[in-house]
Amino acid sequence: MKQRIKHTILTLGMVCLMALVPFRVMAAHEGGQEEINVQELVMEHTSDAHDWHITTINGRHISIPLPVIVKSSQGWQVFMSSRFSESADGVYRGLYLNEDGKVCEKNAAGEEHRVLDISITKNVLQLWIVVTLLLVIFLYCAHWYKNKRPEDDAPRGFVGIIEMLVMFVYNDVIKETLGEKHYRKFAPYLLTAFFFIFLSNLLGLIPIFPGGANLTGNIAITFFLALCTMLLTNINGSKHYWKDIFWPDVPWWLKVPIPIMPIIELFGVFTKPFALMVRLFANIFGGHAVAISLTCVIFITCQMGVAKGAFISPISVFLMIFMDFLELLVAFIQAFVFTMLSSVFIGLAVQGGEEEHSVEISK
Amino acid sequence: MPSFLTPDFGLLFWMLIAFLVVFGILAKFGFPAIINMVEERKKFIDESLQSAREANEKLANIKAESDAILKEARQQQSQILKDATAMRDKIIREAKDKAASEGNRILEDARLQIEAERDKAKRQSREEVADLSIKIASQVIARNLQQDEEQVAWIDRMLDELTATKQSQQ
Repeated sequence: MKQRIKHTILTLGMVCLMALVPFRVMAAHEGGQEEINVQELVMEHTSDAHDWHITTINGRHISIPLPVIVKSSQGWQVFMSSRFSESADGVYRGLYLNEDGKVCEKNAAGEEHRVLDISITKNVLQLWIVVTLLLVIFLYCAHWYKNKRPEDDAPRGFVGIIEMLVMFVYNDVIKETLGEKHYRKFAPYLLTAFFFIFLSNLLGLIPIFPGGANLTGNIAITFFLALCTMLLTNINGSKHYWKDIFWPDVPWWLKVPIPIMPIIELFGVFTKPFALMVRLFANIFGGHAVAISLTCVIFITCQMGVAKGAFISPISVFLMIFMDFLELLVAFIQAFVFTMLSSVFIGLAVQGGEEEHSVEISK
Repeated sequence: MPSFLTPDFGLLFWMLIAFLVVFGILAKFGFPAIINMVEERKKFIDESLQSAREANEKLANIKAESDAILKEARQQQSQILKDATAMRDKIIREAKDKAASEGNRILEDARLQIEAERDKAKRQSREEVADLSIKIASQVIARNLQQDEEQVAWIDRMLDELTATKQSQQ
């Protein structure tokens, strides 16, 4: 009990100290610096960039430059993104970054247009970090199993946690929703998707370098994942699945003169993965936006006055801590939901006919 | 449309490569190792449980069997004991019977011998009596028939003596 009180006091003290930090920062910024633009800050932190911004000290940005790989009107070009900031007008070889941070060039008529861009951006680097970590984690686990026999002890520690997670997804999600017959075929994709999303979400919660990019909160990533699920669903769709779309079991007048139901069903083929894409994107994007907004609250209230700042900051810090815990939960839940829904969609497509068949038999 | 809602081609391109790489490697080397091991372990545990159950059953069977054997042995033992007792009794009885018959035979032999001896003795004594009688008679005759009274007294005395000896003999 005593220890607990001590712990609580210590925590409270830490929170108060953290609340005081903004004052120091404000003191450093004294002298009427630019107003804090929350929207800009949020967009800056949640969107992709050609450099990895770490911090700003006395107005100087410290960031990791990343390679730019583009195909402009002059052909393929590869250079570091620091070239843009080094040149006086921000233009390098006729290329420059527009206000969204995308590489653009101007054509002869002076119109801005984007170039074909496969640069290693912040998100791409984060993507490769996630991939590397996934490979390290799972190949390490696989290596751990290499010289083990079934009668040996079950793994403990890190390998044990990974085994538990894998078997949780494998048994309780994939096997449950896909059924005995089909689950083996789709398990690798679903497991990969789960761990990719989960690890990306977790790394997104770390505010500094090896993490912090908003990977699963980027529409391109969720678009790709949803596209994979959609392709798997429709390529493996059974005869029954397609019949349900084009000739569903509804009264004939809903499908003969005007095919209302088939249109709705066909629409459903695209809305399901679309919902997958938007759900993951919006949840992670929203989480990042809220976390940054709450941080901004401290600065804004401190700009409005020390008293207001001192009053609001502890609340904001408390909310931030709460949000971080919530995001930890969301990181898992969103990975879980994406995997489960993908599994359900694929399951409905591949096994539709058999269920009805078995129902008929059981009658 | 705001830029954060439009998928970037570059990121899509890299995502395609990265995801395919991670999927390919993990699907081949990552997940199967873990899943196979867990399933094999599960199978092993199931089999172990099964064999433990079988061993228990076997043990119970063995116990029942040994109990049966013990019971049978005990029965056999008591049977053997019973047989042995019966045999002993029989032997003793037979021995007794034999001993008794032997004794009887010996006794009979002895009786016969005694009888024979007695007959012989009787015969001898009779012969002696006859001899004596003859002697006495001859003496009497020899003493002649001179003194009748004397003779009669003497014969009486003789007869008394004989009778006395006979009585003492009996």
